[in-house]
Amino acid sequence: MGNDLMCRRGGRIVFDGLKFEASAGDFICLRGSNGSGKSTFLRTVCGFLPQAHGRLVWSVGGDESDHLPTEHFIQSGHQNGLKPNFSLRDNASFFVSLASGETVSHQDMRAAAAVFDLEHLLEDSVQYFSSGQRHRAALMRFALVRRQVWLMDEPTVGLDAANREALGQLIANHVAHGGIVIAATHDPLGVEGLELNMDDFQPKITVADEAWL
Amino acid sequence: MSAEVKSIPMFMALVRRDVKLAWSQGGGAMLALGFFFVAVSLFPFGVGPAPQVLARIAPGVIWVVALLAAVISLDRLYQADYEDGSLDDLMLSPIGPIGISAAKVLAHWLSTTLPLALLAPAMGVLMNLPDQAYGTLILSLLVGTPALSLIGSVGAALTVAVRRGGVLMLLLILPLYVPTLIFGVGAVDAAMSLTDPLPHMALLAATTLIALVVGLFASAAALKLALE
Repeated sequence: MGNDLMCRRGGRIVFDGLKFEASAGDFICLRGSNGSGKSTFLRTVCGFLPQAHGRLVWSVGGDESDHLPTEHFIQSGHQNGLKPNFSLRDNASFFVSLASGETVSHQDMRAAAAVFDLEHLLEDSVQYFSSGQRHRAALMRFALVRRQVWLMDEPTVGLDAANREALGQLIANHVAHGGIVIAATHDPLGVEGLELNMDDFQPKITVADEAWL
Repeated sequence: MSAEVKSIPMFMALVRRDVKLAWSQGGGAMLALGFFFVAVSLFPFGVGPAPQVLARIAPGVIWVVALLAAVISLDRLYQADYEDGSLDDLMLSPIGPIGISAAKVLAHWLSTTLPLALLAPAMGVLMNLPDQAYGTLILSLLVGTPALSLIGSVGAALTVAVRRGGVLMLLLILPLYVPTLIFGVGAVDAAMSLTDPLPHMALLAATTLIALVVGLFASAAALKLALE
């Protein structure tokens, strides 16, 4: 739950007065024009950026905390976080061991790759992937590591219709099992959910500010 | 908590990945070793092949070039991860920013600076280093090079978001390498002149320990700042 959040980046107020609430089983779709603060919002939720004003409250198993413990969420950003020299399998198994300290079984790996139709590319080096394939490879993490909260920044970029549908299904399935998904996207994902429009929280220039300017 | 138990596999996974990356195509380890070899072998051409002169400057040359080789490989320590977005994933790992920088420093030391220390005796032959100094040369590099990786990690973390930050990093960290250099060369010089290298070695170990205490915290703080 976030209350009256305000964020600054480079001295500029990106959004102000943002309120949201998410509980188990919620899908929140972040909308808004370019530069309206979708990524800033997601990075604030991750804990990378401090909020200038307001509070984020997470209630995990009855305990309230100011930031979401890292073992409860996964995020994917604009960059894919893949090492081009490594095969998809190496990249994916490193992600799993980094996040959970476990080694992923052969079946789990194939099942996760199958979600975005990447099975035939598992042994290939990521440097030969197309940008859409790289993006799908990055999204594989959501099928590999079990975490309650998913934070996705522009997950549909570069995906074709079939894979966008697969992503929609993955999200719908996660939400149906009590997960929370917050995704910033311009495309419809075909998942029922709440909508948070960042354009509604743009900073208002007050009369006093204008007089000063 | 099960997350506590699993932190060693997480740590080791990152160390393994970084060592593998350092030795794969485009990694920095081979470059650093190549630089070390070529730069040291230029000195006999530059100062002339007089054995006494070479032996006199050998400890200093080997240490300075090893230090520079370590620096050029440190440039990309965090930057490569920052550019491809994996630094975000690293920072969100349950082992935390300090664990991440510890793993990356350990991997850098194992993959890049440790091979430099192992190659040093060959460079000693090239520089006509007296026989009695070889043991101390290797030992001083083994004790001193962790400080190079640790201090360098702070510089690399501070300049991670800076385009072409390599030179800036050099200016930031080279002055901090001075104590390591002085005590490292002092130990080898002492061994060459058949005096006791132990006091130098103890001070060298002390700088490494200070770097260990300060370096990891400072790197973690700088990384957090870089992601804002």
